[in-house]
Amino acid sequence: MKIAIPILLVLCTLSAQAATPADLLAGYRSEAAQQTPGFQPSAQRGAEFYARRFGNSAKMPSCASCHTDNPAQAGRHVVTDKTIKPLAPTANAERFADPAKVEKWFKRNCTEVVGRECSSAEKADFLGYLTGAR
Amino acid sequence: MKILRLLAVLPLFALSLAAHADKLRLPADAPPAFQAECASCHLAFPPQLLAADDWKRVMASLDKHYGDNASLDAKTRIVLEDFLVRNAGKPEKVGAGGTAPRLTSTPWFKRKHHEVPRADWTHAKVKTPANCAACHTMAAEGSYREREIVMPNGNKWED
Repeated sequence: MKIAIPILLVLCTLSAQAATPADLLAGYRSEAAQQTPGFQPSAQRGAEFYARRFGNSAKMPSCASCHTDNPAQAGRHVVTDKTIKPLAPTANAERFADPAKVEKWFKRNCTEVVGRECSSAEKADFLGYLTGAR
Repeated sequence: MKILRLLAVLPLFALSLAAHADKLRLPADAPPAFQAECASCHLAFPPQLLAADDWKRVMASLDKHYGDNASLDAKTRIVLEDFLVRNAGKPEKVGAGGTAPRLTSTPWFKRKHHEVPRADWTHAKVKTPANCAACHTMAAEGSYREREIVMPNGNKWED
């Protein structure tokens, strides 16, 4: 038992650094299920969320403003014009591989585009959509 | 003979001067966070283009970063500010970037770009003067040589 705790800690640290989109989706799904029992991620809701024009920011009304209508394509930052690599993990293996990075960008971009932080359910739907995007 | 040797060396000297003025390579001590945090939304701007005091002001107001919220955790912010300040331009060379400091507002930047027509700055391919790579085709590599410049109309830059 005394040994189990350090091993568990090491495993947790390792899993915090590298993850797959499926791991992240499962994490957000279980968080959402705690708030809404029986919650199931929906790629359809995720797609709708991705395309929705929240209107919080005039220059960036939606995710698609920078990431284009197809998240499997490269995008462009609407203010700086810098190229943005594809958001969909199906097109870019660097995406959704580092939980801290994912949380950082959800926080930044949800605040900017949606006008508030996103819920676990929204993140689960979003990942459900992106992991299937081609 | 001595004159010949001098003549042979002169072009080299001139070349090295020109290269110095046109190259703004990313300093070797750049922390990984510089690319990850600063260069995800815009070009990895050369720290040399703003003076240390201006960088400090930029880094003190990341929650209002030219219309964007670019807040960082305290540790990352300090690492990046240290790097920018360490490699900042000399104030007497670049000048000041204004109250909300912009590297495109310094006297040095304006002097370097005073021949650029107004229409080019607002061209759809440019969007913002901070979009160095719109004309400086090798900007991402830290190279700003005149012969690498392609204007928004597709033509090479002509003095």
